[in-house]
Amino acid sequence: MIIDVNVYLSRWPFRRLPHDTPDSLVRKLRFHGVEQAWAGSFDGLLHKDIANVNSRLVADCKQHGEGLLVPVGAVNPTLPDWQDDLRRCHEVHQMRAIRIHPNYHGYSLDSALCDELFQAAQDRRLIVQLVLAMEDVRVQHPLMRVAVVDTAPLAALVNKFPRLPLVIMNNSAAVRTGQASELAKVGNTFFELSHFESVGGLENWVKEVPVERILFGSYFPFFNLEAALLKFQESQLGGFATTTIQAGNAKDLVFDLHSQESP
Amino acid sequence: MQSTDRRSFLSTSAAGVVGCVVGAGNSNLAAVADDAPLANAPFRTSEHDAIWDLHCHFSGVTGDTVEQRAAKLLEYADRMYVQRLIFFMGWPWSYTPEPAEFRRQNDQVLGVLQRWPDRLLGFAYLNASFPDESLAEIERCIQNGPMVGVKLWVGRRCNTEDVDPLIRRCGELNALVFQHTYLKITGNLPGESTPQDLAELAARNSKVPLICGHCGADWTLGIRAVRQFPNVSVGISGSDPTAGFVEMAVRELGAERVLYGSDIGGRSFASQLAKVYGADITDAQRTLILGGNLRRMLKPIMDSKGMQQ
Repeated sequence: MIIDVNVYLSRWPFRRLPHDTPDSLVRKLRFHGVEQAWAGSFDGLLHKDIANVNSRLVADCKQHGEGLLVPVGAVNPTLPDWQDDLRRCHEVHQMRAIRIHPNYHGYSLDSALCDELFQAAQDRRLIVQLVLAMEDVRVQHPLMRVAVVDTAPLAALVNKFPRLPLVIMNNSAAVRTGQASELAKVGNTFFELSHFESVGGLENWVKEVPVERILFGSYFPFFNLEAALLKFQESQLGGFATTTIQAGNAKDLVFDLHSQESP
Repeated sequence: MQSTDRRSFLSTSAAGVVGCVVGAGNSNLAAVADDAPLANAPFRTSEHDAIWDLHCHFSGVTGDTVEQRAAKLLEYADRMYVQRLIFFMGWPWSYTPEPAEFRRQNDQVLGVLQRWPDRLLGFAYLNASFPDESLAEIERCIQNGPMVGVKLWVGRRCNTEDVDPLIRRCGELNALVFQHTYLKITGNLPGESTPQDLAELAARNSKVPLICGHCGADWTLGIRAVRQFPNVSVGISGSDPTAGFVEMAVRELGAERVLYGSDIGGRSFASQLAKVYGADITDAQRTLILGGNLRRMLKPIMDSKGMQQ
Protein backbone atom coordinates (compact mmCIF):
# COMPACT_ATOMS: atom_id res chain seq x y z
CA MET A 1 0.00 0.00 0.00
CA ILE A 2 1.16 3.50 -0.82
CA ILE A 3 -0.12 6.84 0.50
CA ASP A 4 1.11 9.64 -1.73
CA VAL A 5 0.99 12.96 0.15
CA ASN A 6 1.99 15.12 -2.82
CA VAL A 7 -0.34 15.12 -5.80
CA TYR A 8 -1.89 18.04 -7.70
CA LEU A 9 -5.09 18.36 -9.70
CA SER A 10 -6.05 20.90 -12.36
CA ARG A 11 -3.62 22.53 -14.78
CA TRP A 12 -0.02 23.64 -14.44
CA PRO A 13 -0.19 27.20 -15.82
CA PHE A 14 2.69 26.92 -18.29
CA ARG A 15 2.18 23.67 -20.18
CA ARG A 16 -0.09 20.68 -20.27
CA LEU A 17 1.19 17.72 -18.28
CA PRO A 18 0.55 14.08 -19.12
CA HIS A 19 -2.17 12.78 -16.76
CA ASP A 20 -3.40 16.23 -15.77
CA THR A 21 -7.02 15.20 -16.10
CA PRO A 22 -8.49 13.62 -12.96
CA ASP A 23 -9.53 10.36 -14.62
CA SER A 24 -6.12 9.78 -16.16
CA LEU A 25 -4.34 10.77 -12.95
CA VAL A 26 -6.45 8.40 -10.86
CA ARG A 27 -5.98 5.57 -13.36
CA LYS A 28 -2.21 5.86 -13.16
CA LEU A 29 -2.13 6.18 -9.38
CA ARG A 30 -4.24 3.03 -9.02
CA PHE A 31 -2.14 1.16 -11.60
CA HIS A 32 0.93 1.74 -9.46
CA GLY A 33 -0.70 0.70 -6.21
CA VAL A 34 -1.31 4.12 -4.71
CA GLU A 35 -4.34 3.67 -2.48
CA GLN A 36 -4.56 7.20 -1.14
CA ALA A 37 -3.32 10.47 -2.63
CA TRP A 38 -3.41 13.82 -0.87
CA ALA A 39 -4.31 16.21 -3.66
CA GLY A 40 -3.92 19.96 -3.83
CA SER A 41 -4.76 22.15 -6.81
CA PHE A 42 -2.43 23.98 -9.17
CA ASP A 43 -5.15 26.65 -9.20
CA GLY A 44 -4.20 27.45 -5.62
CA LEU A 45 -0.99 29.07 -6.84
CA LEU A 46 -2.39 32.03 -8.74
CA HIS A 47 -6.15 32.16 -8.33
CA LYS A 48 -7.55 34.71 -5.90
CA ASP A 49 -10.94 33.05 -5.48
CA ILE A 50 -9.44 30.36 -3.28
CA ALA A 51 -12.79 29.31 -1.86
CA ASN A 52 -13.89 28.28 -5.34
CA VAL A 53 -10.57 26.54 -6.00
CA ASN A 54 -11.09 24.41 -2.92
CA SER A 55 -14.72 23.67 -3.70
CA ARG A 56 -13.78 22.47 -7.19
CA LEU A 57 -10.96 20.39 -5.74
CA VAL A 58 -13.33 18.66 -3.35
CA ALA A 59 -15.84 18.01 -6.13
CA ASP A 60 -13.14 16.60 -8.45
CA CYS A 61 -11.77 14.34 -5.75
CA LYS A 62 -15.25 13.02 -5.02
CA GLN A 63 -16.30 12.60 -8.63
CA HIS A 64 -13.14 11.07 -10.01
CA GLY A 65 -11.25 9.61 -7.10
CA GLU A 66 -13.64 8.68 -4.33
CA GLY A 67 -11.71 6.69 -1.77
CA LEU A 68 -8.39 7.54 -3.38
CA LEU A 69 -8.07 11.30 -3.67
CA VAL A 70 -8.05 13.24 -0.41
CA PRO A 71 -8.46 16.98 -0.99
CA VAL A 72 -5.91 19.30 0.58
CA GLY A 73 -7.08 22.90 0.49
CA ALA A 74 -5.10 25.96 -0.46
CA VAL A 75 -4.89 28.89 1.92
CA ASN A 76 -3.36 32.24 1.04
CA PRO A 77 -3.03 34.45 4.12
CA THR A 78 -2.40 37.58 2.06
CA LEU A 79 -6.00 37.51 0.80
CA PRO A 80 -8.79 39.34 2.64
CA ASP A 81 -10.69 37.07 5.02
CA TRP A 82 -8.41 34.10 4.43
CA GLN A 83 -9.52 32.87 7.82
CA ASP A 84 -12.83 31.89 6.32
CA ASP A 85 -11.06 29.85 3.61
CA LEU A 86 -9.33 27.99 6.42
CA ARG A 87 -12.59 27.56 8.28
CA ARG A 88 -14.30 26.14 5.20
CA CYS A 89 -11.42 23.74 4.60
CA HIS A 90 -11.85 22.41 8.09
CA GLU A 91 -15.55 22.70 8.86
CA VAL A 92 -17.26 22.51 5.47
CA HIS A 93 -14.91 20.24 3.54
CA GLN A 94 -13.75 18.24 6.57
CA MET A 95 -10.14 18.48 5.41
CA ARG A 96 -7.29 17.25 7.56
CA ALA A 97 -4.59 19.23 5.80
CA ILE A 98 -3.94 22.48 4.00
CA ARG A 99 -1.21 23.21 1.45
CA ILE A 100 0.60 26.55 1.45
CA HIS A 101 2.85 28.22 -1.14
CA PRO A 102 4.47 31.22 0.59
CA ASN A 103 6.70 32.06 -2.38
CA TYR A 104 3.79 32.27 -4.82
CA HIS A 105 1.66 34.20 -2.34
CA GLY A 106 4.31 36.67 -1.26
CA TYR A 107 4.97 36.20 2.44
CA SER A 108 7.92 34.88 4.38
CA LEU A 109 8.13 32.25 7.09
CA ASP A 110 9.04 34.88 9.67
CA SER A 111 6.10 37.14 8.87
CA ALA A 112 3.20 37.88 11.20
CA LEU A 113 0.87 36.48 8.54
CA CYS A 114 2.65 33.15 8.63
CA ASP A 115 2.52 33.09 12.43
CA GLU A 116 -1.19 33.78 12.35
CA LEU A 117 -1.81 31.06 9.78
CA PHE A 118 0.23 28.47 11.66
CA GLN A 119 -1.51 29.35 14.92
CA ALA A 120 -4.92 29.00 13.30
CA ALA A 121 -3.96 25.67 11.72
CA GLN A 122 -2.61 24.39 15.03
CA ASP A 123 -5.80 25.47 16.82
CA ARG A 124 -7.81 23.45 14.32
CA ARG A 125 -5.39 20.50 14.45
CA LEU A 126 -4.74 20.68 10.74
CA ILE A 127 -1.68 19.34 8.97
CA VAL A 128 0.21 22.07 7.11
CA GLN A 129 1.95 21.11 3.88
CA LEU A 130 4.63 23.70 3.19
CA VAL A 131 5.69 23.64 -0.48
CA LEU A 132 9.16 25.09 -0.96
CA ALA A 133 9.21 25.27 -4.75
CA MET A 134 7.18 24.24 -7.78
CA GLU A 135 9.90 24.10 -10.44
CA ASP A 136 13.62 24.58 -10.97
CA VAL A 137 14.13 28.34 -10.72
CA ARG A 138 16.62 28.20 -13.59
CA VAL A 139 13.99 27.23 -16.13
CA GLN A 140 11.02 29.32 -15.07
CA HIS A 141 8.99 31.46 -17.43
CA PRO A 142 10.74 34.85 -17.72
CA LEU A 143 7.60 36.67 -16.62
CA MET A 144 6.99 34.35 -13.67
CA ARG A 145 10.19 34.00 -11.69
CA VAL A 146 9.50 32.74 -8.19
CA ALA A 147 12.31 32.08 -5.73
CA VAL A 148 12.46 29.00 -3.51
CA VAL A 149 10.94 29.64 -0.08
CA ASP A 150 13.59 31.02 2.27
CA THR A 151 13.89 28.35 4.96
CA ALA A 152 16.20 30.30 7.26
CA PRO A 153 13.29 31.16 9.62
CA LEU A 154 12.03 27.57 9.64
CA ALA A 155 13.77 26.52 12.86
CA ALA A 156 12.30 29.43 14.80
CA LEU A 157 8.87 28.76 13.31
CA VAL A 158 8.96 25.09 14.29
CA ASN A 159 10.11 26.07 17.77
CA LYS A 160 7.12 28.35 18.04
CA PHE A 161 4.64 25.67 16.90
CA PRO A 162 6.17 22.37 18.02
CA ARG A 163 2.87 20.45 18.01
CA LEU A 164 1.81 21.53 14.52
CA PRO A 165 2.16 18.67 12.03
CA LEU A 166 4.25 20.27 9.31
CA VAL A 167 5.14 18.50 6.06
CA ILE A 168 8.03 19.97 4.09
CA MET A 169 7.34 19.44 0.38
CA ASN A 170 9.33 19.71 -2.84
CA ASN A 171 12.56 20.03 -0.92
CA SER A 172 15.46 19.80 -3.35
CA ALA A 173 18.19 21.11 -1.13
CA ALA A 174 16.69 24.02 0.78
CA VAL A 175 16.58 21.89 3.92
CA ARG A 176 19.49 19.47 4.09
CA THR A 177 19.48 16.27 6.09
CA GLY A 178 21.36 17.76 9.04
CA GLN A 179 18.88 20.58 9.48
CA ALA A 180 15.99 18.20 8.84
CA SER A 181 17.19 15.98 11.65
CA GLU A 182 17.25 18.95 14.02
CA LEU A 183 13.78 20.07 12.95
CA ALA A 184 12.46 16.56 13.53
CA LYS A 185 13.78 16.65 17.09
CA VAL A 186 12.21 19.99 17.94
CA GLY A 187 8.89 19.82 16.17
CA ASN A 188 6.30 17.61 14.58
CA THR A 189 8.03 17.99 11.22
CA PHE A 190 7.87 15.57 8.28
CA PHE A 191 9.61 15.44 4.91
CA GLU A 192 8.19 14.01 1.71
CA LEU A 193 10.63 12.40 -0.68
CA SER A 194 9.72 13.60 -4.20
CA HIS A 195 12.77 15.85 -4.49
CA PHE A 196 15.36 13.74 -2.64
CA GLU A 197 18.18 13.63 -5.17
CA SER A 198 21.71 12.30 -5.71
CA VAL A 199 22.37 8.65 -6.19
CA GLY A 200 20.86 6.67 -3.32
CA GLY A 201 19.20 9.85 -2.09
CA LEU A 202 16.43 8.18 -0.11
CA GLU A 203 18.91 5.87 1.58
CA ASN A 204 20.96 8.87 2.63
CA TRP A 205 17.91 10.56 4.15
CA VAL A 206 16.97 7.43 6.06
CA LYS A 207 20.46 7.31 7.55
CA GLU A 208 20.23 10.88 8.83
CA VAL A 209 16.60 11.62 9.62
CA PRO A 210 14.23 9.51 11.78
CA VAL A 211 12.48 7.19 9.37
CA GLU A 212 9.14 7.99 11.02
CA ARG A 213 9.44 11.51 9.64
CA ILE A 214 9.75 10.59 5.98
CA LEU A 215 6.63 10.39 3.79
CA PHE A 216 6.04 9.10 0.30
CA GLY A 217 5.36 11.96 -2.10
CA SER A 218 5.59 11.96 -5.87
CA TYR A 219 4.69 15.49 -6.99
CA PHE A 220 2.67 13.75 -9.70
CA PRO A 221 1.69 14.78 -12.37
CA PHE A 222 4.38 17.51 -12.54
CA PHE A 223 6.99 14.80 -11.95
CA ASN A 224 6.74 11.35 -13.39
CA LEU A 225 5.19 9.16 -10.71
CA GLU A 226 7.86 6.54 -11.36
CA ALA A 227 10.58 8.86 -10.01
CA ALA A 228 9.35 8.38 -6.46
CA LEU A 229 8.60 4.69 -6.95
CA LEU A 230 12.04 3.87 -8.34
CA LYS A 231 13.76 5.39 -5.32
CA PHE A 232 12.81 2.20 -3.48
CA GLN A 233 14.71 0.14 -6.03
CA GLU A 234 17.78 2.37 -5.95
CA SER A 235 17.88 2.79 -2.17
CA GLN A 236 18.07 -0.46 -0.33
CA LEU A 237 15.79 -0.06 2.67
CA GLY A 238 14.61 -2.58 5.16
CA GLY A 239 11.06 -3.85 5.17
CA PHE A 240 10.02 -1.61 8.06
CA ALA A 241 11.49 1.54 6.54
CA THR A 242 9.87 0.79 3.21
CA THR A 243 6.45 0.13 4.67
CA THR A 244 6.44 3.02 7.06
CA ILE A 245 7.62 5.52 4.46
CA GLN A 246 5.22 4.30 1.79
CA ALA A 247 2.15 4.47 4.00
CA GLY A 248 2.59 3.94 7.73
CA ASN A 249 3.85 7.37 8.64
CA ALA A 250 1.06 9.14 6.78
CA LYS A 251 -1.48 6.86 8.43
CA ASP A 252 -0.01 7.64 11.84
CA LEU A 253 -0.03 11.33 11.12
CA VAL A 254 -3.76 11.32 10.47
CA PHE A 255 -4.42 8.87 13.29
CA ASP A 256 -2.57 11.08 15.75
CA LEU A 257 -4.74 14.03 14.72
CA HIS A 258 -7.87 11.99 15.35
CA SER A 259 -6.63 10.87 18.73
CA GLN A 260 -5.89 14.46 19.80
CA GLU A 261 -9.40 15.68 19.07
CA SER A 262 -11.54 16.75 21.99
CA PRO A 263 -13.98 14.09 23.18
CA MET B 1 -5.24 0.71 13.37
CA GLN B 2 -3.39 2.31 16.24
CA SER B 3 0.17 3.26 15.50
CA THR B 4 1.51 1.18 18.35
CA ASP B 5 -0.30 -1.86 17.00
CA ARG B 6 1.06 -1.30 13.54
CA ARG B 7 4.60 -0.84 14.74
CA SER B 8 4.36 -3.84 16.98
CA PHE B 9 3.23 -5.90 14.01
CA LEU B 10 5.97 -4.60 11.76
CA SER B 11 8.70 -5.08 14.29
CA THR B 12 7.95 -8.77 14.36
CA SER B 13 7.44 -9.22 10.65
CA ALA B 14 9.15 -7.37 7.85
CA ALA B 15 11.35 -5.36 10.16
CA GLY B 16 12.53 -8.47 11.89
CA VAL B 17 13.96 -9.75 8.67
CA VAL B 18 16.39 -6.89 8.41
CA GLY B 19 16.89 -6.21 12.08
CA CYS B 20 15.38 -2.75 11.99
CA VAL B 21 15.29 -0.66 15.15
CA VAL B 22 11.92 0.96 15.71
CA GLY B 23 11.31 4.31 17.30
CA ALA B 24 12.06 7.97 16.82
CA GLY B 25 15.43 9.09 18.01
CA ASN B 26 17.11 5.77 17.31
CA SER B 27 19.86 5.50 14.80
CA ASN B 28 18.29 4.79 11.43
CA LEU B 29 21.29 2.91 10.16
CA ALA B 30 19.49 -0.34 10.75
CA ALA B 31 16.67 0.82 8.51
CA VAL B 32 19.03 0.65 5.58
CA ALA B 33 19.40 -3.00 4.86
CA ASP B 34 22.50 -4.56 3.43
CA ASP B 35 20.54 -7.38 1.91
CA ALA B 36 17.00 -6.08 1.56
CA PRO B 37 15.23 -7.74 -1.32
CA LEU B 38 14.39 -5.63 -4.32
CA ALA B 39 10.86 -6.89 -3.84
CA ASN B 40 10.42 -3.87 -1.55
CA ALA B 41 10.35 -1.68 -4.64
CA PRO B 42 6.80 -0.96 -5.81
CA PHE B 43 7.90 -0.44 -9.42
CA ARG B 44 11.11 -1.67 -11.00
CA THR B 45 13.24 -1.27 -14.05
CA SER B 46 13.75 -4.38 -16.13
CA GLU B 47 16.99 -6.27 -16.53
CA HIS B 48 15.86 -7.01 -20.08
CA ASP B 49 15.92 -3.35 -21.10
CA ALA B 50 19.71 -3.32 -21.62
CA ILE B 51 20.14 0.14 -20.13
CA TRP B 52 23.22 2.13 -21.07
CA ASP B 53 23.83 5.39 -19.21
CA LEU B 54 25.26 8.23 -21.27
CA HIS B 55 26.20 10.58 -18.45
CA CYS B 56 28.02 9.61 -15.24
CA HIS B 57 30.39 11.35 -12.83
CA PHE B 58 32.26 10.32 -9.71
CA SER B 59 30.21 12.60 -7.46
CA GLY B 60 27.45 11.88 -4.96
CA VAL B 61 29.23 9.05 -3.16
CA THR B 62 32.16 8.90 -0.77
CA GLY B 63 35.56 7.46 -1.54
CA ASP B 64 39.17 8.56 -1.45
CA THR B 65 39.80 7.51 -5.03
CA VAL B 66 37.73 7.46 -8.20
CA GLU B 67 38.04 3.67 -8.17
CA GLN B 68 36.32 3.54 -4.79
CA ARG B 69 33.67 5.94 -5.99
CA ALA B 70 33.10 4.01 -9.22
CA ALA B 71 32.74 0.78 -7.24
CA LYS B 72 30.04 2.35 -5.09
CA LEU B 73 28.24 3.81 -8.11
CA LEU B 74 28.29 0.41 -9.78
CA GLU B 75 26.46 -1.04 -6.78
CA TYR B 76 23.62 1.39 -7.42
CA ALA B 77 23.80 0.71 -11.17
CA ASP B 78 23.45 -3.02 -10.48
CA ARG B 79 20.32 -2.41 -8.43
CA MET B 80 18.80 -0.50 -11.35
CA TYR B 81 19.96 -2.99 -14.01
CA VAL B 82 22.13 -0.41 -15.75
CA GLN B 83 24.52 -2.46 -17.87
CA ARG B 84 27.03 0.12 -19.03
CA LEU B 85 27.99 3.58 -17.81
CA ILE B 86 29.85 6.33 -19.65
CA PHE B 87 32.05 8.38 -17.35
CA PHE B 88 33.62 11.73 -18.09
CA MET B 89 35.54 14.24 -16.00
CA GLY B 90 37.43 13.25 -12.89
CA TRP B 91 37.18 14.14 -9.25
CA PRO B 92 37.27 16.87 -8.20
CA TRP B 93 36.33 18.56 -11.44
CA SER B 94 36.80 22.12 -12.60
CA TYR B 95 34.84 24.47 -14.85
CA THR B 96 37.69 25.79 -16.97
CA PRO B 97 40.53 23.30 -16.71
CA GLU B 98 43.93 24.03 -18.11
CA PRO B 99 45.50 21.22 -20.17
CA ALA B 100 47.35 19.65 -17.25
CA GLU B 101 44.13 19.55 -15.30
CA PHE B 102 41.94 17.94 -17.98
CA ARG B 103 44.72 15.42 -18.61
CA ARG B 104 44.73 14.58 -14.89
CA GLN B 105 40.98 14.07 -14.91
CA ASN B 106 41.13 11.95 -18.07
CA ASP B 107 43.83 9.82 -16.46
CA GLN B 108 41.40 9.11 -13.64
CA VAL B 109 38.76 7.94 -16.10
CA LEU B 110 41.31 5.84 -17.96
CA GLY B 111 42.10 4.16 -14.65
CA VAL B 112 38.55 3.03 -14.02
CA LEU B 113 38.11 1.92 -17.63
CA GLN B 114 41.06 -0.40 -17.16
CA ARG B 115 39.50 -1.86 -14.03
CA TRP B 116 35.96 -2.36 -15.37
CA PRO B 117 36.41 -2.70 -19.16
CA ASP B 118 33.17 -4.63 -19.59
CA ARG B 119 31.00 -2.14 -17.64
CA LEU B 120 32.45 1.32 -18.18
CA LEU B 121 33.10 3.53 -21.19
CA GLY B 122 34.79 6.91 -21.21
CA PHE B 123 34.64 10.26 -22.97
CA ALA B 124 37.67 12.58 -22.92
CA TYR B 125 37.13 15.87 -21.10
CA LEU B 126 38.36 18.79 -23.21
CA ASN B 127 38.44 22.57 -22.92
CA ALA B 128 37.97 24.30 -26.27
CA SER B 129 39.84 27.32 -24.96
CA PHE B 130 42.92 25.16 -25.54
CA PRO B 131 42.29 23.76 -29.04
CA ASP B 132 45.77 22.38 -29.71
CA GLU B 133 46.04 20.62 -26.37
CA SER B 134 42.48 19.37 -26.72
CA LEU B 135 43.30 17.89 -30.13
CA ALA B 136 46.29 16.20 -28.59
CA GLU B 137 44.05 14.79 -25.87
CA ILE B 138 41.74 13.32 -28.51
CA GLU B 139 44.74 11.51 -29.98
CA ARG B 140 45.92 10.29 -26.58
CA CYS B 141 42.58 9.14 -25.17
CA ILE B 142 40.63 8.11 -28.26
CA GLN B 143 42.90 7.42 -31.24
CA ASN B 144 45.53 5.78 -29.04
CA GLY B 145 43.37 4.96 -26.04
CA PRO B 146 40.09 3.28 -25.11
CA MET B 147 37.80 6.31 -24.96
CA VAL B 148 34.91 6.62 -27.39
CA GLY B 149 33.86 10.26 -27.26
CA VAL B 150 34.49 13.73 -25.88
CA LYS B 151 32.82 15.89 -23.28
CA LEU B 152 32.75 19.66 -23.71
CA TRP B 153 31.47 21.48 -20.65
CA VAL B 154 31.63 25.19 -19.88
CA GLY B 155 35.21 26.08 -20.88
CA ARG B 156 34.04 27.85 -24.01
CA ARG B 157 30.77 28.35 -25.84
CA CYS B 158 30.50 25.90 -28.70
CA ASN B 159 29.24 28.33 -31.33
CA THR B 160 32.79 29.55 -31.92
CA GLU B 161 34.49 28.22 -35.05
CA ASP B 162 37.55 27.45 -32.92
CA VAL B 163 35.74 24.31 -31.79
CA ASP B 164 35.37 22.97 -35.33
CA PRO B 165 38.76 21.22 -35.60
CA LEU B 166 37.91 19.19 -32.50
CA ILE B 167 34.54 18.25 -33.94
CA ARG B 168 36.00 17.31 -37.31
CA ARG B 169 38.58 15.05 -35.68
CA CYS B 170 35.89 13.35 -33.64
CA GLY B 171 33.97 12.79 -36.86
CA GLU B 172 36.99 11.12 -38.43
CA LEU B 173 37.31 8.80 -35.44
CA ASN B 174 33.56 8.15 -35.11
CA ALA B 175 33.86 9.51 -31.57
CA LEU B 176 30.70 10.95 -30.04
CA VAL B 177 30.60 14.61 -29.03
CA PHE B 178 28.71 15.44 -25.83
CA GLN B 179 28.19 19.17 -25.41
CA HIS B 180 26.69 20.40 -22.12
CA THR B 181 23.93 22.92 -22.79
CA TYR B 182 21.80 24.98 -20.45
CA LEU B 183 19.29 27.79 -20.80
CA LYS B 184 19.19 29.40 -17.38
CA ILE B 185 16.80 32.26 -16.89
CA THR B 186 19.07 33.10 -13.96
CA GLY B 187 22.02 33.47 -16.36
CA ASN B 188 24.48 31.02 -17.90
CA LEU B 189 28.13 30.81 -16.94
CA PRO B 190 30.46 32.80 -19.24
CA GLY B 191 31.54 29.77 -21.28
CA GLU B 192 28.31 27.83 -20.98
CA SER B 193 26.63 26.85 -24.25
CA THR B 194 22.96 26.99 -25.10
CA PRO B 195 21.13 24.59 -27.42
CA GLN B 196 21.07 27.46 -29.92
CA ASP B 197 24.88 27.56 -29.77
CA LEU B 198 24.94 23.84 -30.48
CA ALA B 199 22.59 24.35 -33.41
CA GLU B 200 25.17 26.71 -34.94
CA LEU B 201 27.85 24.10 -34.42
CA ALA B 202 25.62 21.42 -35.94
CA ALA B 203 24.98 23.53 -39.02
CA ARG B 204 28.72 23.87 -39.65
CA ASN B 205 29.43 20.19 -38.95
CA SER B 206 26.38 18.48 -40.36
CA LYS B 207 28.02 15.07 -40.82
CA VAL B 208 29.19 14.68 -37.23
CA PRO B 209 26.78 13.26 -34.63
CA LEU B 210 26.41 15.69 -31.73
CA ILE B 211 24.69 15.23 -28.38
CA CYS B 212 22.84 18.14 -26.80
CA GLY B 213 23.59 17.46 -23.13
CA HIS B 214 20.69 18.24 -20.76
CA CYS B 215 18.73 19.45 -23.80
CA GLY B 216 19.19 22.92 -22.34
CA ALA B 217 17.41 21.85 -19.12
CA ASP B 218 14.52 23.99 -20.35
CA TRP B 219 13.72 21.16 -22.73
CA THR B 220 10.68 22.86 -24.21
CA LEU B 221 13.12 25.31 -25.79
CA GLY B 222 16.07 22.95 -26.21
CA ILE B 223 14.12 20.48 -28.34
CA ARG B 224 12.94 23.27 -30.63
CA ALA B 225 16.45 24.72 -30.95
CA VAL B 226 17.97 21.52 -32.33
CA ARG B 227 14.90 20.15 -34.11
CA GLN B 228 16.08 21.06 -37.61
CA PHE B 229 19.48 19.40 -37.23
CA PRO B 230 19.24 15.63 -37.75
CA ASN B 231 22.84 15.12 -36.62
CA VAL B 232 21.88 16.31 -33.12
CA SER B 233 20.52 13.91 -30.50
CA VAL B 234 19.34 15.06 -27.10
CA GLY B 235 20.52 13.74 -23.74
CA ILE B 236 17.78 13.81 -21.12
CA SER B 237 20.04 13.69 -18.08
CA GLY B 238 20.55 16.05 -15.20
CA SER B 239 17.25 17.83 -14.73
CA ASP B 240 14.17 17.30 -12.61
CA PRO B 241 11.98 14.37 -13.68
CA THR B 242 9.39 16.67 -15.19
CA ALA B 243 6.67 14.79 -17.00
CA GLY B 244 6.33 15.32 -20.72
CA PHE B 245 10.01 15.78 -21.56
CA VAL B 246 10.51 12.46 -23.33
CA GLU B 247 7.10 12.58 -24.98
CA MET B 248 7.88 15.96 -26.55
CA ALA B 249 11.35 14.84 -27.61
CA VAL B 250 9.97 11.71 -29.27
CA ARG B 251 7.20 13.70 -30.95
CA GLU B 252 9.46 16.42 -32.32
CA LEU B 253 12.72 14.58 -32.96
CA GLY B 254 11.81 10.91 -33.21
CA ALA B 255 12.83 8.31 -30.64
CA GLU B 256 16.06 7.64 -32.54
CA ARG B 257 17.40 11.03 -31.43
CA VAL B 258 16.68 10.69 -27.70
CA LEU B 259 19.29 9.28 -25.31
CA TYR B 260 18.92 8.23 -21.68
CA GLY B 261 21.56 9.42 -19.25
CA SER B 262 21.46 10.16 -15.54
CA ASP B 263 24.17 12.65 -14.52
CA ILE B 264 24.86 10.57 -11.40
CA GLY B 265 25.89 11.00 -8.68
CA GLY B 266 24.45 14.53 -8.33
CA ARG B 267 21.27 13.07 -9.78
CA SER B 268 19.77 9.67 -9.07
CA PHE B 269 19.21 6.80 -11.46
CA ALA B 270 15.65 6.72 -10.13
CA SER B 271 14.64 10.23 -11.14
CA GLN B 272 16.30 10.09 -14.54
CA LEU B 273 15.12 6.63 -15.52
CA ALA B 274 11.61 7.69 -14.52
CA LYS B 275 11.62 10.16 -17.39
CA VAL B 276 11.71 7.18 -19.74
CA TYR B 277 9.73 4.61 -17.77
CA GLY B 278 7.06 7.19 -16.98
CA ALA B 279 6.68 8.46 -20.54
CA ASP B 280 3.72 7.57 -22.71
CA ILE B 281 5.76 5.96 -25.49
CA THR B 282 5.90 2.52 -27.06
CA ASP B 283 8.07 -0.30 -25.78
CA ALA B 284 10.18 -0.09 -28.93
CA GLN B 285 10.77 3.63 -28.38
CA ARG B 286 11.67 3.04 -24.75
CA THR B 287 14.21 0.39 -25.71
CA LEU B 288 15.86 2.75 -28.17
CA ILE B 289 16.10 5.56 -25.63
CA LEU B 290 17.38 3.41 -22.76
CA GLY B 291 20.30 2.05 -24.75
CA GLY B 292 19.53 1.04 -28.32
CA ASN B 293 20.37 4.44 -29.78
CA LEU B 294 23.61 4.72 -27.85
CA ARG B 295 24.73 1.26 -28.93
CA ARG B 296 23.97 2.15 -32.56
CA MET B 297 25.89 5.41 -32.36
CA LEU B 298 28.87 3.82 -30.61
CA LYS B 299 29.06 0.70 -32.76
CA PRO B 300 31.46 2.06 -35.40
CA ILE B 301 34.07 3.26 -32.90
CA MET B 302 33.65 0.27 -30.60
CA ASP B 303 34.04 -2.09 -33.56
CA SER B 304 37.17 -0.27 -34.65
CA LYS B 305 38.63 -0.79 -31.19
CA GLY B 306 37.53 -4.41 -30.98
CA MET B 307 35.19 -3.65 -28.08
CA GLN B 308 32.17 -5.88 -27.52
CA GLN B 309 28.71 -4.42 -27.00
